[in-house]
Amino acid sequence: MKNKYSIFSLIKNAFSYHENWEKAWKDPEPKKEYDVVIIGGGGHGLATAYYLAKKHNMKNIAVVEKGWIGGGNTGRNTTIIRSNYLWDASAGLYDHALKIWEGLSQELNYNVMFSQRGVMNLAHNLQDVRDLKRRTHANRLNGIDAVYLNTEEVKKFCPIINTSPDIRYPVLGGTLQKRAGTARHDAVAWGYARGADEMGVDIIQNCEVKSIKRNGDAVEGIETTKGFIKTNKIGVVAAGHSSVIANMAGLRLPLESKPLQALVSEPVKPIIDTVVMSNAVHAYVSQSDKGELVIGAGTDDYVSYSQKGSHDIVEGTLNAILELYPIFSRMRMLRQWGGIVDICPDASPIISKTSIKGLYFNCGWGTGGFKATPGSGDLFAHTIANDEPHKLNAAFNLNRFVSGDLVDEHGAAAVAH
Amino acid sequence: MFLINCPFCGEREQSEFKAGGEAHIVRPKQPTELSDDQWAEYLFMRKNIKGIQFERWNHIHGCRKWFNMVRDTSNDEIKAVYKMGEKPPVK
Repeated sequence: MKNKYSIFSLIKNAFSYHENWEKAWKDPEPKKEYDVVIIGGGGHGLATAYYLAKKHNMKNIAVVEKGWIGGGNTGRNTTIIRSNYLWDASAGLYDHALKIWEGLSQELNYNVMFSQRGVMNLAHNLQDVRDLKRRTHANRLNGIDAVYLNTEEVKKFCPIINTSPDIRYPVLGGTLQKRAGTARHDAVAWGYARGADEMGVDIIQNCEVKSIKRNGDAVEGIETTKGFIKTNKIGVVAAGHSSVIANMAGLRLPLESKPLQALVSEPVKPIIDTVVMSNAVHAYVSQSDKGELVIGAGTDDYVSYSQKGSHDIVEGTLNAILELYPIFSRMRMLRQWGGIVDICPDASPIISKTSIKGLYFNCGWGTGGFKATPGSGDLFAHTIANDEPHKLNAAFNLNRFVSGDLVDEHGAAAVAH
Repeated sequence: MFLINCPFCGEREQSEFKAGGEAHIVRPKQPTELSDDQWAEYLFMRKNIKGIQFERWNHIHGCRKWFNMVRDTSNDEIKAVYKMGEKPPVK
């Protein structure tokens, strides 16, 4: 049993200069065999292991990660959480996640700094206005809080936005989801890792998967840089590298991996207390608790695993940011980075069984996976444990690309890439 | 950001170009006879290679012509460009 984090443990450890905190998770060598191996130690993978142990009573679980946990897209996103998706299937999926977020810090005994500061999506042309109004109605029918705001209401909610009718893409209105917000991305990975570790999950870092061993149409194990691991169930949560892993098993996926960039400014005093996203001009911004502006840029249109991205993408985003927020004109940007996102043709994820027995994929989250982390882990764990999808992820199967029953969230998902 | 040697215009900035995805996907000769699985394969499934990939590009803010490229997707290094209809380089 791990020591509980509390005000008392904080005071107690202060006396020893915080040098004697118990390790949050072990660093084990892999065992010879596991009941389930999760490939990918990001938020989704760790959450999957956590819920497999917690809700499905599985004990012999490993998470293998080629780098360090949370070092991929979990630590590279802009931490936005919302559930205002258009289609019923997406609304169910993302709101399931949002409901778990609301109690996650308590459940994990780890402060994920979930802050329901609201997410506002702006409209810049008549089609935007129609789309956003339609989405507001769809959200409400699905029990998701959403309101449509006119230009004055947008200005009132976030006064630093330039709502002048004279700018190139004037603000014509917007939607607001008040339950939406942000969370501390690293803490999500660390909290799930600590929780999973406590229930006996082996988190094996610096362990890259080299091949997947198959016996006919079933999996038998994985060859890794730390040796062979025998297992009958493999859950792949490898984000941008999903196609690489699929290729090892002889499976084809409908994914393209592209760089998605983000950047942060120097820290300043509180200036924006919400998240504002703009689809049409592709700019979104929030402020971290450290005071940095966190700005999300777009994806490049070419396949790349280089975690870099093109400069003109960042330039385009900053142009839009400056037009919408003239107050930021003298802000200096501190850091810029890229993450490799796996994008599905319909911009919806895949949480699915495959044609290979014992091989499951959780991928295709594209540019918006962070918000779904708890829900994704919960539903993927259900799918792996029962060899059947949960009703909330049934629509997100791999077979939809054959049947044509796509969940098209391009554009409809409030921000398009 | 990288430079692309357009086979028609010469070296230009990548921002002048539009990526057109995986190259050499052949359109089905008899679409009416395709099964759903074959349609899915043609329309959606992609190699998405980490390493040497063959792809199509369009010089959209230049000559607007399509051409092919061989590129290492792990570091964005361009190995070769060649015109549509030409055979891809062997090495």
